[in-house]
Amino acid sequence: MGIVSRGFRGRRREGGDELPPGQYLVEDFPVLSAGPTPRVPLDRWEFAIDTEDGQTHRWSWQEFMALPMQTPTVDIHCVTKWTKLGTTWEGVSLDVFFEDVESAAEYALVYSYGGYTTNLPLEELLDGKAWIVHSFDGEELEPRHGGPARLLVPHLYFWKSAKWVRGIRLLNEDSPGVWETAGYHNYGDPWREQRYEGD
Amino acid sequence: MRRRLVWRAARLHESRAETATARTLVFDVPGWPGHVAGQHVDVRLTADDGYTAQRSYSLAAPADGERIELTVETVPDGEVSPYLNEVVEPGDQVEIRGPVGGWFVWRPESKAPVVLVGGGSGIVPLMAMIRARRQAGSRAPFRLLYSLRDQDSRYFAAELRQPEAGLDIAYLYTRATPSGAARPAGRITLADLAEGGWPADFEPDCYVCGPTGFVEAAADLLLALGHPPERIRTERFGPTGG
Repeated sequence: MGIVSRGFRGRRREGGDELPPGQYLVEDFPVLSAGPTPRVPLDRWEFAIDTEDGQTHRWSWQEFMALPMQTPTVDIHCVTKWTKLGTTWEGVSLDVFFEDVESAAEYALVYSYGGYTTNLPLEELLDGKAWIVHSFDGEELEPRHGGPARLLVPHLYFWKSAKWVRGIRLLNEDSPGVWETAGYHNYGDPWREQRYEGD
Repeated sequence: MRRRLVWRAARLHESRAETATARTLVFDVPGWPGHVAGQHVDVRLTADDGYTAQRSYSLAAPADGERIELTVETVPDGEVSPYLNEVVEPGDQVEIRGPVGGWFVWRPESKAPVVLVGGGSGIVPLMAMIRARRQAGSRAPFRLLYSLRDQDSRYFAAELRQPEAGLDIAYLYTRATPSGAARPAGRITLADLAEGGWPADFEPDCYVCGPTGFVEAAADLLLALGHPPERIRTERFGPTGG
């Protein structure tokens, strides 16, 4: 047990097993990002997967919308300590995008309109664990929350769920992204409280 | 791999009220590794039965050895901020780890002009930059636009009242203006940033901090004035937290 702070009792809201260590529940949806919100017109939007041997697979907005949609309901955990339970999104599983992609790469670097990047092992994006989503709570995703489309990887801290996603570069070597080079943890598992480098 | 961020025992040295709802807390943190203006820390409180809660707060000043300052606004219905504002007394202990964040920072080596845009408690990391500039004897030209409800919600009032070469300050009151103020009360506008900031062709570094709506609005206005997105750094405080 850590050092006791005299007179501290705490609020002890319900949360129980659904709350990773060090997190607290919120009902609203806070916004965090490092710069201005990019606005991406749908007729110029594209999503790409670039393989390690130089192949690029591209989807326009119309092609994206024609793919089979899922509506995952998941808990999301921000490294700044808020957790929001039972959020419902609509989008396409990355398994669908990867169906025709041939790659032996182990790492992915996700990049966004506006210049944001984040890295993760490729396997964290596959097998039903990640989506490209365009709606939240039945409404089209607002730009401040990453619209027109963002990555959703709910089992990792939410900075891995890149807003304004533009593509995924597959790499043989791991390449840390924006926050991962600014002192945050390379993997970011909320259940192991991997907030910062070395956690 | 760099050093691991460990929890350190921190003892309150003193605190002072900034407004009716915000306090500056000065902690002694043995082993504190130092920090850069704009970074934040995590504060952890533990109850006597082991229950813990942690939150992030911006550092308000450069480190003075192992002594650091946080300025904390009480969040209504909050868990940690009411304790830090109303309960903790000199000599009491909390745990702190950090510094955290390597993006929303100003380094004294930088000579570029700086535009600081703060809304409410978003002034705190910007004040750390102003103090770091002063401490380093930097001549980088700073301009601060400080959006706040009224005069009573001004943080660091006495210190900011002292004239300082190379630092211009514009107060943008949103609810009530002091008598004689030329600018009517209201939210930040394009004209405010055009007059109170630096032109885009001076290539200033812009730092925007405050509640989400404020940051969205101010960052969009800076873009409209021609500042490139890579020169606009933002830090947002969600409406919840505390």
